[in-house]
Amino acid sequence: MDILNALVAFTNFVFVPALAYGAQLALGALGVTLIYGILRFSNFAHGDTMAFGTMVTILVTWWFQSMGINFGVLPTALLALPFGILGTALFVLGTDRVVYRFYRQKKAAPVVLVMVSMGVMFVMNGVVRLIIGVEDQQFADGGRFVISAGDFKAATGLAEGLAIKSSQAITVGAAVLVVAWLFWFLQKTRTGKSMRAFSDNEDLALLSGINPDRVVAVTWIIAAALATIAGTLYGLDKSFKPFTYFQLLLPIFAAAIVGGLGSPLGAIAGGFVIAFSEVIVTYAWKKVVTYVVPESLAPDGLVQLLTTDYKFAVSFVILIIVLLVMPTGLFKGKSV
Amino acid sequence: MAEPYLIGDAMTGGYGGADILHGCTIAVEKGQIAVIVGPNGAGKSTAMKAVFGMLKLRQGQVRLDGEDITTLTPQARVAKGMGFVPQTHNIFTSMTVEENLEMGAFIRRDDMAETMAQVYDLFPILKQKRLQPAGELSGGQRQQVAVGRALMTKPKVLMLDEPTAGVSPIVMDELFDRIIEVARTGISILMVEQNARQALQIADKGYVLVQGANRFTDTGKALMADPEVRRSFLGG
Repeated sequence: MDILNALVAFTNFVFVPALAYGAQLALGALGVTLIYGILRFSNFAHGDTMAFGTMVTILVTWWFQSMGINFGVLPTALLALPFGILGTALFVLGTDRVVYRFYRQKKAAPVVLVMVSMGVMFVMNGVVRLIIGVEDQQFADGGRFVISAGDFKAATGLAEGLAIKSSQAITVGAAVLVVAWLFWFLQKTRTGKSMRAFSDNEDLALLSGINPDRVVAVTWIIAAALATIAGTLYGLDKSFKPFTYFQLLLPIFAAAIVGGLGSPLGAIAGGFVIAFSEVIVTYAWKKVVTYVVPESLAPDGLVQLLTTDYKFAVSFVILIIVLLVMPTGLFKGKSV
Repeated sequence: MAEPYLIGDAMTGGYGGADILHGCTIAVEKGQIAVIVGPNGAGKSTAMKAVFGMLKLRQGQVRLDGEDITTLTPQARVAKGMGFVPQTHNIFTSMTVEENLEMGAFIRRDDMAETMAQVYDLFPILKQKRLQPAGELSGGQRQQVAVGRALMTKPKVLMLDEPTAGVSPIVMDELFDRIIEVARTGISILMVEQNARQALQIADKGYVLVQGANRFTDTGKALMADPEVRRSFLGG
């Protein structure tokens, strides 16, 4: 029995990675839920918006690196992030002007807009692959670890090490800042309140003199910023590959729906629910279990419920259970 | 006779397809209460919406203070000093009472604190509940929020589409009292009502519509006294 080592192993292999992954999903799901609440459709292009934003950020990062600009221990990508957000915002505003606005004026049904967003998704997908290619891209620089496993072992004398990557710490820190800012914006500012009013009751918002074009534009800009930040953090934490970002769409939608579509608080809760479930179900628990049970009961197998190849199945199962049992999600969003 | 403050003059039109209104005229004088009554499907709400620009007129005019506003959008009419309280979905349910009032004043760039204080004076219960989501309030309180929201633009004309629909008789009396109070501040009131009897009692002017046309027009009292109106529309 060695509770302490078990706890450290759990924190190292489950809690910290899931926390960082959850923060990335939460930021992605926030964008999806905002678009759903205000523009009233499920934006399938969100994963590829993340890829586009990350791509712009990476290109600017490389340019900065080639000029010798860096951010000390922090990744250069954080310096490039504002440019990524700007580029992505311009791209989605352009998309809205050319594509979505046409359907909005025709008052197209939400399902039509969903199909339109799939078209946009394929186009963005192609644009990203044309520009940066389909390969894995590494762009993280700066300090690698806040605490490395070796330092932790030396400091505590435990057999298990706890490593916290700087990308994980940055992810969680950035997510907290972004979420705090977003809630302040939606709750306290005139523009934020008008967005909530528009989401709540569009006709009455129009009667109150709220300008729908402005609400739509601000929503796209915020969604683009959230997508770029989420994508860049995910890329720093793992790596950037366009196909992976396309696949992220599933856990992100699962997170938004589990939390309740249209509810920002739900998107955050949903992000962590999905991330923790995915990591817990696909983690091989052998090490942790061996520490807590008597030696005679130590497992022979890996004690892994599913291999990581099946991690998307976890989001799928949670998604289906929520849709069957609790269609409006944990935080009473709109039913799908 | 001088022109009324707001008049929908000989309005003909509908929601595309067949006409619903046939030369219908609705007007309200400054600081007075005008009530539109009539059987179901008479076009009462349609007449109101026509005055507010929510449907296209084929013929006729809408004039506010002598100015032709027939072609203006509803939003532009709000800026001209008209307030409208729809029959349903007339509040932001997920937002607090105070935020509802703020959104009502969205087009105003000046300080709205004074108007908000006036609304709270008129509806003291709203001040108590100002930080509560409006969707959690009772039916009567929600109607007060809806009227309060429309008052935030400091309208000169307030249009109410069945303000007492679905509230209890006691709450209905209270709402009518409040509406009279609003009219006393110089705001013209134009409203559609199912509860014809009570509404005509407080009306300076009453319009009985049948099939999209004016059937009877008189003061509220005179309509109440008219045996034919009583027999046909007020249940004896």
